[in-house]
Amino acid sequence: MTIETIIWLIPLPPVLAFFLIVLFANRNKALSHILAVGAALLSWLGSMVVFWQAIRTEHFGEHPFVSSIPWLPSGDSWFRIGVQIDPLSAATLFFVAWTILMIFLYSIGYHNYGQPKGDHDRPGLPPHGATISDAHGHTHTVPSIEPMYSRFFAFIGLFAFGMYTLVVSDNLLTLFVGWEIMGLCSYLLIGFWYGKPSARAAMIKAFITTRVGDVFMLLGIAYLYSATGTLNYREIFYSEEVLHTLGTTSSGFLGLSIAGLIGLLLFIGTVGKSAQWPLHVWLPDAMEGPTPVSAMIHAATMVSAGVYMVIRIFPLLSAGADHGALTSAMTVVAFIGAFTALFAATIAVAQNDIKRVLAYSTISQLGYMVAAIGIGAYVAAAFHLITHAFFKALLFLGSGSVIHGMEHGVLHTGQHVDPQDMLNMGGLRKKMPITFWTFLIGGFALSGFPLVTAGFWSKDEILADAFGHGHLGVFITLALAALLTAFYTMRQITLTFLGEPRTESAHHAKETPWTMTAPLVILAVFAVAAGWAGIPEHFPAIGGIVPNWFHEFIGSTLLEHPKAIDFNFIPLLVSFIVALGGLYAGWLVYKGLPVGAQDPIERAAPQIHKVLKNKYYFDEIYDSLFVKPANWISEVFTSRWMDMGVIDGILHWVAFASGRIGGFLRDYIDLPIVNGFGDMIGEGTKRFGRAIRVIQTGRIQNYMIGALFTIAAFSVLFYYLVFNR
Amino acid sequence: MDFLSNNLLTLTLFTPALAAVLLFFIPSEEKRLIRWSAFVLSLIPLAFSLALWFGFNPSQQGFQFEQKADWYAAINSSYHIGVDGISLTMVLLTTLLTPLAILASFGIKDNVKSYMILFFLLEMGMLGVFVVLDLLLFFVFWEFGLVPMYFLINQWGSEKGEREIFAGRKMPARTYASFKFMIYTMAGSLGLLLAIQMIGVVAGTFDMLELFTRWPLLEGTLFGLSTGTVKAIAFWAFVVAFAIKVPVWPFHTWLPDAHTEAPTAGSMILAGVLLKLGAYGFLRLVLPLYPVEAKYYAGALGFLAVMAIIFGAFASTGQDDFKRLVAYSSVNHMGFVVLGIAAAAFARGTENANIALNGAVLQMFNHGLSAAGMFFLVGVIYERTHTRNLNDFGGLFPIVPVYGGILIFTSMASLGLPGLNGFISEFLVVRGSWPIFTVYTAIAMLGLLFTGVYILKGLKKVLHGPLNEHWVGHLTEINAREVFVIVPLMVLMLWIGVWPAWILDVINRAVGMLF
Repeated sequence: MTIETIIWLIPLPPVLAFFLIVLFANRNKALSHILAVGAALLSWLGSMVVFWQAIRTEHFGEHPFVSSIPWLPSGDSWFRIGVQIDPLSAATLFFVAWTILMIFLYSIGYHNYGQPKGDHDRPGLPPHGATISDAHGHTHTVPSIEPMYSRFFAFIGLFAFGMYTLVVSDNLLTLFVGWEIMGLCSYLLIGFWYGKPSARAAMIKAFITTRVGDVFMLLGIAYLYSATGTLNYREIFYSEEVLHTLGTTSSGFLGLSIAGLIGLLLFIGTVGKSAQWPLHVWLPDAMEGPTPVSAMIHAATMVSAGVYMVIRIFPLLSAGADHGALTSAMTVVAFIGAFTALFAATIAVAQNDIKRVLAYSTISQLGYMVAAIGIGAYVAAAFHLITHAFFKALLFLGSGSVIHGMEHGVLHTGQHVDPQDMLNMGGLRKKMPITFWTFLIGGFALSGFPLVTAGFWSKDEILADAFGHGHLGVFITLALAALLTAFYTMRQITLTFLGEPRTESAHHAKETPWTMTAPLVILAVFAVAAGWAGIPEHFPAIGGIVPNWFHEFIGSTLLEHPKAIDFNFIPLLVSFIVALGGLYAGWLVYKGLPVGAQDPIERAAPQIHKVLKNKYYFDEIYDSLFVKPANWISEVFTSRWMDMGVIDGILHWVAFASGRIGGFLRDYIDLPIVNGFGDMIGEGTKRFGRAIRVIQTGRIQNYMIGALFTIAAFSVLFYYLVFNR
Repeated sequence: MDFLSNNLLTLTLFTPALAAVLLFFIPSEEKRLIRWSAFVLSLIPLAFSLALWFGFNPSQQGFQFEQKADWYAAINSSYHIGVDGISLTMVLLTTLLTPLAILASFGIKDNVKSYMILFFLLEMGMLGVFVVLDLLLFFVFWEFGLVPMYFLINQWGSEKGEREIFAGRKMPARTYASFKFMIYTMAGSLGLLLAIQMIGVVAGTFDMLELFTRWPLLEGTLFGLSTGTVKAIAFWAFVVAFAIKVPVWPFHTWLPDAHTEAPTAGSMILAGVLLKLGAYGFLRLVLPLYPVEAKYYAGALGFLAVMAIIFGAFASTGQDDFKRLVAYSSVNHMGFVVLGIAAAAFARGTENANIALNGAVLQMFNHGLSAAGMFFLVGVIYERTHTRNLNDFGGLFPIVPVYGGILIFTSMASLGLPGLNGFISEFLVVRGSWPIFTVYTAIAMLGLLFTGVYILKGLKKVLHGPLNEHWVGHLTEINAREVFVIVPLMVLMLWIGVWPAWILDVINRAVGMLF
């Protein structure tokens, strides 16, 4: 089997699993997860083979694995689709395969496989728990198995297909196909528990908000296709001539070059998919979905796909740039990214839901990557994309494990507390040690804990790049965001795991089964080790021990290999300070928070806390700015006023007028004149006949008299007419 | 066998009429027999059109399976039929949807015989429009299809509902809808008939192939006016007739009424095929006969198309009646067809135009599949609940999981999800129109966004949310017959979405040869 064949095959097992589960295995829970996990394993295997081949190939950037077939006839030629693995997609494939496999495995435990059926569970609502009685006759409430277990595995299978399709695509159109299939799965899985009104609202919000970005992206694709006649990566992004033409021709819109305008249109797609400001509002609500979904779709893969795309189109964004200067398109990207990174980090500080903190953290970290691309830090963006996928998946799965442990406690005690609210937790490190240690590693990686964690190396590289190229505004913004990141991460760890349990439920929390903890451990390894691939060569003491392989590898994706940045102590120092300082501050403020206590920030600055807790009121603003007017336009303006009122009104008026004209014709023309004339003739003849009937007496004498008179009368007439001229 | 292969197209056209005659001899009380014979008989035209499809040579220039015979020699009108890639696609769509629609109408209980006979006559009328190559016969078939549809809506339409017209006067909704449908279309046809007669008198023939070459070249004066003026007037006469049928905004308000009040199968055919007659008219007659006028007025047509896309989507979002929501979605989707046609008219002969037309024709086929599927699914739930009000449903997914899955699938095809059919055609239209009508295409994206809004609104109100306990025990799962109706449509939706080349190649070649 050639390597190209394997690449073609990678996306197929999960979609096959989807169809098999939907059609045949939807009543068999064990078979469902065997199919899904087996499919994920096959895809993983294929991905690893491809990845291994890729890193062993010399000059891989110039000679990537490609294969394509004609797909769409258009005019005299065919639009070809195919697969391509170049350094960027090989690296993406690596983390995608790992995270997907881990999350598939985790889902088995998460959905309580092996537990009894719930007492009152029904499809569309999370399982409520089952009552069992043990050998001693005591009854306990324990977690119950998810009623739509098979459906979950079918959906995530379809999702994995979408993600793999996106990664192995060699063109923007099939990338878009994978992109949207993931959008559908995201919609279906956010609303997995569709019986909850909040989940139902969140699923629609997610789909529509990302669709705002998608329609712009579609325009960008159409524009690119008509401008170049192709959508193939190599033919556009790896061709100096094409890039030069696109970069120097004006689009006639706001002074942007064609490349810049296309790049920005496509970038709006990323803004939607990767939840960047101003389209970030859907991601926090997406936490309504089951936690594996949040980990896979809303942290590790789908939202990363947005960043993957923007890294992919980097040559377009930067086309036509003078050396060192940013194009206007890049400036926009850098601004959106940096702003989002800081903006989302501030919100994360004031959230109490363990998953929502992570959701805002994801938005913020994605902003980091987008900002990195905006300032031209191509490799750093890709590096952070990969490390983030690992540690954020780890954190989400860890939070799912925590929630699971808490739910166990809630069921056990029968308390009515929110198992996701961190203020109800505390002291879980003793109850759930594996979860604690892995979460700690993930949290430190997110904070950029120096030297040890992957997050440090990738984040440091972005900061160094921003500083080294003199983008001070971006540098300061991102450094501030990093400080906040470390702070809210430590706040989360402290509230959840440290101190003493703040509720009875937290006291009875229990470590989760191996299917959930094993993925945590594996991901934790990557959360540390993934960073070693990209240690800068000139880093003091440890630089150069492991060669900076990553930079060379990813950099070769581009036509013009980006140069590694020279080492500078200032950004490194800043990295150290913000990470350690933020962590320490988070611990200091939140350690030993007593039961029922107010959040210390709320106590210190209640007004600011309120604004942050309400996410700067973006939901409310969008609701009155977009949602309500749109409803009014559709329900009142279009349906009632325009269609039913004006257009139908005109039609009815025409009908009415025709009716009236008809009525007039009938009343004043037909009835009196046309009918009247006819009637008059008939009626007149009748009357006349009736009138002269009296002379028809039947007596001969009368007739004779009549004849006599007539003759006399005619004689007189004749006389006058003839002789009296 | 020779007879079969020599007269394949004629047979395809008239077997429905023959089927109607056969049904006439079955006693009215034998409802079961009538239903099943109707279904089996409707498979014959399908078989014929499949034979046409596989016997068709896409790379051959001109029309195929042509037949010509004298019909009305005194005015030079002849029975001339033939198909190219565009009409063949439509013939396939028609003959495919008719058996499914008949299968979907097994629930009809009153006057089954008349119903089925009317259905076959309707099929013949539609097929006639797609295959004839004579302008006068085109008109005959064009009008012929109206009559059965009128009765289908009027007699078998929904029984409930009233519609207020003016001054507080009310009339039964189905009477209103059928009347509006009939009168509106007839009003449009009036100009069409006059224009056709004028062309026939001036050119001395009604044969389309001859007219395609002669009519556009005609110069000088006619009836004391310059040819340009006469052609412009005739152009608009054609356009209005077809625009009403498509329907293009603002001629669309007959559609939500007619679709909503028609019986399920009627809506399937109405949305699936009847609307395509208008778009087909644009492709077959307006573009070839009026290349200059079409280019001149393309901007106006494109504007109306964009209005249809946007306001169709908005209006659909604003509905609380599930069937009306789906009905308005047709306005939205057909807007893309017209946008593609307008763009192609403007930049005729370019690659962009070619792609836009490919998209338009494929969108006609795709919309036929998805709209028919959606109307059918609305019908399935209506038959069980006797309500179409979205607010009466809610959280039905646990009771009807299979139906729910099918509904989501079909909705996604209608939404234009990549991987399913609608995306391919919408993308091609957008891609083709972008360089030609950049601003219009950009504005149309607002409509595309709201396509998502109304589709999700439908799903939300029917399937998701807290379960409306009222339906527990009353609502039954979709049955085998109904699954059999929808599965062929779903297979095609997926197939075209994944591998569009089998149909698009035929369309692409036809478009390339024509324009």
